[in-house]
Amino acid sequence: MTTADTTTPAIEIQGVGMVFNGGRPNEVTALTDIDLTVQAGEFISLIGPSGCGKSTLMRIVGDLETPTSGAVRVNGKDPRQARLDHDYGMAFQQAGLFDWRTVSANIELPLELMKWNKARRQTRSSELLDLVHLADFGAMRPWELSGGMQQRVAIARALAASPGLLLMDEPFGALDEMTRERMQGELVRICAETGATVIFVTHSIPEAVYLSDRVVVMSARPGQITDVIPVALGERNEDTREDPTFFASITTVREALRGAPAPAVTGSNSVDIS
Amino acid sequence: MATTAPTFLQKPVDPARSNSGRSGPSALSRFARRTVFIIGGIVAVALIYTAVKAMGHATGGTWPFTSMPLPFSTDDVTMPPVMDIVLRFGQPQRTGDPKNLTMWILEAMLFTFREAFVGFIIGIIIGMAIALIMLRTRWLERGVMPWVIVSQTVPLIALAPVVVAFGNQIKVPLFSWQQWMSVALIATYLTFFPVAVNGLRGLKSPTPLALDFMRTNAASGNATLWKLRMPAAVPFLIPALKLAATASVVGAIVGEISAGVRGGLGRLLIDYSAQYLSDPSRLYCVVIGAALLGVLFVALINVTDLLLMRNRPREAR
Ligand SMILES: Nc1ncnc2c1ncn2[C@@H]1O[C@H](COP(=O)(O)OP(=O)(O)O)[C@@H](O)[C@H]1O
Ligand SMILES: [Mg+2]
Repeated sequence: MTTADTTTPAIEIQGVGMVFNGGRPNEVTALTDIDLTVQAGEFISLIGPSGCGKSTLMRIVGDLETPTSGAVRVNGKDPRQARLDHDYGMAFQQAGLFDWRTVSANIELPLELMKWNKARRQTRSSELLDLVHLADFGAMRPWELSGGMQQRVAIARALAASPGLLLMDEPFGALDEMTRERMQGELVRICAETGATVIFVTHSIPEAVYLSDRVVVMSARPGQITDVIPVALGERNEDTREDPTFFASITTVREALRGAPAPAVTGSNSVDIS
Repeated sequence: MATTAPTFLQKPVDPARSNSGRSGPSALSRFARRTVFIIGGIVAVALIYTAVKAMGHATGGTWPFTSMPLPFSTDDVTMPPVMDIVLRFGQPQRTGDPKNLTMWILEAMLFTFREAFVGFIIGIIIGMAIALIMLRTRWLERGVMPWVIVSQTVPLIALAPVVVAFGNQIKVPLFSWQQWMSVALIATYLTFFPVAVNGLRGLKSPTPLALDFMRTNAASGNATLWKLRMPAAVPFLIPALKLAATASVVGAIVGEISAGVRGGLGRLLIDYSAQYLSDPSRLYCVVIGAALLGVLFVALINVTDLLLMRNRPREAR
């Protein structure tokens, strides 16, 4: 769906700030002074302590929130226009599939909303089921699948309309470590196949490093970007996780997180280091 | 990382569960078990009734071994014997009447069912319309909900004659207002309430996650309503419909009585209670017919439930 040429960045964020409940006693400054440019096809992770505004930043890009200051352009457009043009695919921590629809019908929902005809939708959904290795599960109901399988359906659904831009908020957060690593592998493969631009929120340093071209490190109170760390791992495969560069990048990100002013950082990010 | 749930909390794939909705052998055995329970229950009630009667007869109307009188009379007028009631179904309504009582009651049930069902359907439409209005804004919800609640505090007995009087005043060309339509409206009055209240809860039940998903996909308000809110409301509406079904039968019978409509259970109840002393079993027969109508109506909703919910997870049913 992307019409962006090489000169238009997929996402341009300039001086974005977000204040919730402004002027009221429960005022929260979620983000201040965010600048970030993401090139088409880039994979960007947002990492940082809970409450530093990762989800909020992602939601602003996806036009689910309106920033209180600054400007966002998506494929050179207003985020609202980008949303109406179906430029986004979204996946969250919960799969959020609809119980009353089959797996296939869940995947086809974005296409239904784009008024695709039935035959085209079915072709596309079976392609996607193959892509996420669930070819035999199209007729099942989401609640008959395991958590990992549901999450793969959710990712297939996010990819349905071949959006140029994927926004993923801790999509693997609720999965066990084994499933999680397998899903990371699949996501890398899918992104390579579709050439999508991805913004990926995570709590896990290895996950961020494994997946990303750049890791954006954020700090809390006020939520801001403290570091942007490029990861030069080349093509990812199973050996990547044993690569010295992989560990070096993990260390760099961890130190960047430690260096961030918020003391909560170490606690909330030590979990996935094993 | 408080949000990371361990794997064992997630639903595993269980092939045994995959095809076992409410259909298949398990549904059948459930049906059989339920039938046994119902018949057993009816037999138990008949036995207790007969036993109480026998006790009253033996003691001469007092509690056993005391001189304390029973709070009710157990004679054959107040409590006709079970067999009299059962046999009464097969006898003529009154001497010389070629139709037997069962036919009268069945016809009356059908007549009352028509009123109740029409009222029920209109009630669902009105209830959902009110729910949709309340869904629009919090303001409307705050403004409308109190009226919906107040409406249910008006006693039916007071309301029914007003509805009937209004109905009789309606003069539209090519349309003659029938009295049973007034009765249907009275049934509607009892029906719309649970539908509006539960319908609103159901329409509001989608998670922010699901709503965000629809928004991300640029879904229109209509698409969000039909593809998300309405399907999500179904599990909330089913119990409301069961409530509404029984309420519509009650509403129809009360409506018939206050409107003086002939042909339904309400009229039979009035007629037979006027002649109660000479033929007590007959009134019991109509009461049983009225109860049966409510049960059949709820059974109809249960079938609808099975159809609508056949593909939902078990917890949601
Ligand atoms: N809708 C909202 N209303 C008020 N405060 C909010 C809202 N959404 C997020 N916040 C606040 O903004 C801050 C950042 O939240 P969030 O973006 O969810 O953080 P993260 O995803 O990094 O954990 C938090 O302090 C949170 O309480
Ligand atoms: Mg978050």
